[in-house]
Amino acid sequence: MEIARHWRLRAQRYALMGETCPHCDVKIFPPRDICPDCGQEARQPFAFSGRGEVYSFAPVKEAPAGFEENAPYTVALIRLEEGPMVTAQLTDLGEEPARIGLPVEMVTRKLRSDGDRGMLVYGYKFRPRMAAA
Amino acid sequence: MREPVYVLGLGLTPVGEHWGISLRELALQAMRAAMADAGGVRPQALYVANTLAPILSGQTHLGALLADFAGLHGIEAASTEAAGASGGLAIRQACLGLTSGAFETALVVGVEKITDRVGTGLDAALTAWSDADHEAVHGLTAASQAALVMRRYLYENNAPPDALAGFSLTAHQNAVGNPNAMFRKAISLQDYSRAGMVSDPVNLYDAAPLADGAAAILLGRSSVARQPDRPPVQILGSAAATSRLAIHDQPDPLVMPAAVASAERALRAAGVTREQIDLFELHDSFSIYAALALEAAGFAVRGLGWQMARNGTIALDGVLPLLTLGGSKARGEAAGATGVYQVAEVALQLQGRAGASQVPQARVGMAQCLGGAGATAATTILARVDGEPEA
Repeated sequence: MEIARHWRLRAQRYALMGETCPHCDVKIFPPRDICPDCGQEARQPFAFSGRGEVYSFAPVKEAPAGFEENAPYTVALIRLEEGPMVTAQLTDLGEEPARIGLPVEMVTRKLRSDGDRGMLVYGYKFRPRMAAA
Repeated sequence: MREPVYVLGLGLTPVGEHWGISLRELALQAMRAAMADAGGVRPQALYVANTLAPILSGQTHLGALLADFAGLHGIEAASTEAAGASGGLAIRQACLGLTSGAFETALVVGVEKITDRVGTGLDAALTAWSDADHEAVHGLTAASQAALVMRRYLYENNAPPDALAGFSLTAHQNAVGNPNAMFRKAISLQDYSRAGMVSDPVNLYDAAPLADGAAAILLGRSSVARQPDRPPVQILGSAAATSRLAIHDQPDPLVMPAAVASAERALRAAGVTREQIDLFELHDSFSIYAALALEAAGFAVRGLGWQMARNGTIALDGVLPLLTLGGSKARGEAAGATGVYQVAEVALQLQGRAGASQVPQARVGMAQCLGGAGATAATTILARVDGEPEA
């Protein structure tokens, strides 16, 4: 069970915590302490809003070990509103078909399980953005 | 002027489901064939290209294992790993070792044993090529990763659903003449359009079949005697590059910066222009990567690589023959070994040994293998020596 490995990433997985670069203002996810754009130190925490848009998506029918419980599911590339792109599953699609350009928002869901006695890993997925009532 | 590296011998096993042959036995077959093809030359160093043995076979330390099993006692040996680019990287390492003067001959063997593991465990192993913490953990698979890129590519370029069919059709057509190919039957556009989906829009003919295989190349410096019965083939230049690992980190997921840099540097190191390339063994693990590789290497403008596959340009008698012995789609995808198959196939073409799939008057050839979705690219350029590359 890779408890420590997933625990280290909890701020990213549960709360989309990244960094902002104090030099060029670029938003960084996941944190990497060196800005990928300007190459300077970037350790300032930044909380992403969770809002984004579908850049692309693809169905997974035959899931790899650990993901069978959730199959079939849809993986996607999501462009976060602040700039970075992430890979994540789409969820709660309901009647709405996935499409490029679909506005989405982050939710926390179970990502994988390792059998009856194995570890559960939680993290971000994205669902169609709810319109304000 | 750097001393050139010569291809002394080649050994290829068919790519397929070799239930009765183990990892080490498969490698040995290719190694012995290459050494015999070279007239019995004994290598002084061994480079192994492999990416999945640690996960699928519980076996690391392949350099020592294969040197031992092949009776090459005591030689320096190590494994090179860069996902699907392992083969090209191992060849590059061998070239760097030879040109440094450290040894005179080196054997490169790419080997992959896929079929000892089946089912969801194999699918999980293949996700190791992506970013484990930020891609694989979300249930991304190799096929769905290709599908993400392909869907966006078709969308941005207003391309029809069968835009990429030509890569598959060409691969299958060319494999008819390759006795080592896994699939030797031509397919039609109708076959492609009716194929089942692996991960929409990637269909069965967009995805190369992963199977067991071993390919070996014996390389040497000019001081070593060469085979008199065939034209000498040199590796003129090679280059490898990396880019951001996760496709979501690429500035533009439809451009492979590693392939761009690797192709550019290899051409420059070899001293040849794109116009001089007579054939290109690019990496068609998925058809979308073939289109992107053409664009990355500068043979097609961004977004138009797919059109080259439609009009005969990439056929054996076309302007830029691709996948001349079947590519990954029809010869078979042997993961870490693919890069060695590609270079061996270019060498066979340049030596006039490609049989029914011979590219006429092949003088200069290019091979490029990719790791994962292109985060590593290794490009090798070879030439037949008796005719200098013509401008």
